Amino acid sequence: MHLEYSDEENAFRAEVRQYLADNLDPETARKVKEGANPSKDEIVAWHKVLAAKGWLAHSWPKEYGGAAFTPIEKHIFEEERVAAGGPEIVPFGVNMLGPVLLAFGSEEQKQTVLPRILSGEDWWCQGYSEPGSGSDLASLKTTAVRDGDHYVVNGQKTWTTLGQYANKIFSLVRTAKGGKPQEGISFLLMDMDAPGVSIRPIRTLDGGAEVNEVFFDDVRVPVDNLVGEENKGWTYAKYLLMHERVGIAGVPQAKEELKKLTKVAKETVNEDGDLLIDDPFFAVKLAQTEIELMAMELTNLRILYDAQAGGAPGVESSLLKLKGTQIRQELTDLTRRAYGPYAVPYTPEVLETGANEDPIGPRGAVMSAPKYFNYRKISIYGGSNEIQRNIVSKMMLGL
Amino acid sequence: MDFNLSEDHKLIKDTINRFVRDEYDFETRLKIVEEGLGSSDKIWGQIAELGLVAAVLPEEAGGLGGTGLDIAVVMEEFGRGIVVEPYLATAVLGAGVLATIGGHDDLLESVIAGEVKLAFAHYEPEARYNPKRIDSNALKDGDGYTLTGEKSVVAHAGEADYLIVSAVADSEIGLFLVPADADGLSIRDYPTQDGGRAGEVSLDDVTLGEGALLATGADAQAAIDLAIDRGILAVAAEALGAMEAARDLTLDYLKTRTQFGVPIGKFQALQHRMVDLCLEVEQVRSLVTLAAVKFDEPGPERDKALSAVKVKVGQAGRLVSEESIQLHGGIGVTWEYALGHIAKRLTMIDHSFGDTDYHLKRFIKLKKAA
Repeated sequence: MHLEYSDEENAFRAEVRQYLADNLDPETARKVKEGANPSKDEIVAWHKVLAAKGWLAHSWPKEYGGAAFTPIEKHIFEEERVAAGGPEIVPFGVNMLGPVLLAFGSEEQKQTVLPRILSGEDWWCQGYSEPGSGSDLASLKTTAVRDGDHYVVNGQKTWTTLGQYANKIFSLVRTAKGGKPQEGISFLLMDMDAPGVSIRPIRTLDGGAEVNEVFFDDVRVPVDNLVGEENKGWTYAKYLLMHERVGIAGVPQAKEELKKLTKVAKETVNEDGDLLIDDPFFAVKLAQTEIELMAMELTNLRILYDAQAGGAPGVESSLLKLKGTQIRQELTDLTRRAYGPYAVPYTPEVLETGANEDPIGPRGAVMSAPKYFNYRKISIYGGSNEIQRNIVSKMMLGL
Repeated sequence: MDFNLSEDHKLIKDTINRFVRDEYDFETRLKIVEEGLGSSDKIWGQIAELGLVAAVLPEEAGGLGGTGLDIAVVMEEFGRGIVVEPYLATAVLGAGVLATIGGHDDLLESVIAGEVKLAFAHYEPEARYNPKRIDSNALKDGDGYTLTGEKSVVAHAGEADYLIVSAVADSEIGLFLVPADADGLSIRDYPTQDGGRAGEVSLDDVTLGEGALLATGADAQAAIDLAIDRGILAVAAEALGAMEAARDLTLDYLKTRTQFGVPIGKFQALQHRMVDLCLEVEQVRSLVTLAAVKFDEPGPERDKALSAVKVKVGQAGRLVSEESIQLHGGIGVTWEYALGHIAKRLTMIDHSFGDTDYHLKRFIKLKKAA
């Protein structure tokens, strides 16, 4: 037993660090580090930077243009990306649809869809949740009825993240009724600009507009766009959700957030004239969170090295999601508290490129409360934390 | 990184596991506890014979290892069996001090053979968990010393053949080897909440020869610090094993206990609590691993890892104890069921070598110094 990275792993880290230092756009990095949202163009440019190096699709095999990273390489890449201020890689094409097509898609689908994900020609979004189907995803009602060489799709999807930038959507649709709800679901590839598709933004409590509702009104989809077999979509959907949860612990992000918070606590003076880091109440909460994160980092690494050795990423990712989201939510709470009264002003626009107004109070305070509010989502999405407990209870504990 | 145990460690783990299963089932343990002897000569002899005292001592001292991982591997398995033998007092602490200081090969040999037991008499009644506050005094007396003072809650003091006692000699901290039959040494021996035994040690003009002085000054302080760190790591790993035992008992009970016509593990209110319990045990395992691996690399990261694991063990130990009992219901609060005894050990571990609050404070200080 030892806890040192190997020479190869250290060399890989150095290579990632150097490549990002040379190629990541500084303005994009500035925005990411300050908690502002990069623009569509900035995200596309970032994806191109990674694609040029073969580092965009971490889990795909090399023959399809992927990086074929090991679980540890993925983790190291994420640590370096977060430290450098690289935007999160938009997961819908590379981390969700890609693995599903590689496992279940036709050769033609692999040849046509995958390259366009890497090139940035296509931006995919996810058509899973519906207004009446959240945690109970299998109850979804959007229908696809066969009409010659087409399916005719009717229904509504929601929580479609960054759908406003997407030209493609993969959707779960109902192709058969009766039997168990899971049995009549199919997995369809659709065009966002097809007649009958419309989109409406959902503004979230932090003021952001990252999610949308998508409406399907007699949308005609060629039958060739069916992935795998009709009515077998639930299998593919679950496979995708498993991939969605990989890396969901967010250890690299949490470490970066803790580092920033510690810096703030060392620069901020409390009501008694002491630094916040010396305030007993604040220091205890900070120390508790740091201890949980120390443990979490090792828990995450234990699971990653296990996966590296051939164990499939499975139910452990549910445990990681539970603990990771608790820690990251706590960190956003502590960060907003650290800024005291200057968490109050709501002025996200001062962080936009070319903004000509100064922040009110410390620059870091601007997004502290919005991030706290925004992060309520992380224990809800990707299967709520209660659903994760159900999964662990059934799959790991056998209850 | 490599999270797998070495073949040697797997062997130690299997050995203790088999020993606990074959020789130390819950009824045997309960009998030892109720007889009030603190330990069983037979069991202690077997532990020594299996080489387990040697396992946590370095080769220079006649041992077989003595690394952080050695301590953690052994103690986790003892924790699973809630073993009450004086292993912590004798092997981890007492023999640990002798090995750090060097010399005393004959004594160590007897300890390793299971013929001699030790106790580490360091903490004092007024000091709570402060390891630096020592009022006991050693007066130079001819070639020897005269010791006076009080030592509190000394684990297995009553069974020890020798006590290793800290006392201030000429304004420097010193460590002394005190035979149990020394004149002026008295021990009020008592049972502890968790089935072990401890004693209040009074030193009333205990006269010792020249050879009783083990170390003074920086050497003595370093030996004390290392002993306490070994103790922290040992009880943390022991707690991990105890938590795993509580978890396994509870999970099994959820699957077998029927109410309202179904196993109670079918109720979501209980399932979610069980998942949270299991998650905390995994977090403890991670920090025990971190502390064990860092143990042999002196520095602030190591010290932080030790305080971090002690904090986590205090908090998770409480959660696992309370939740396991609650998930069991009535059977969990009975004397004849193992769970309550596991819970008591977990709870008392938080009262050893500094509790959760003590180590949170220490963690914060170490962070600041870093």
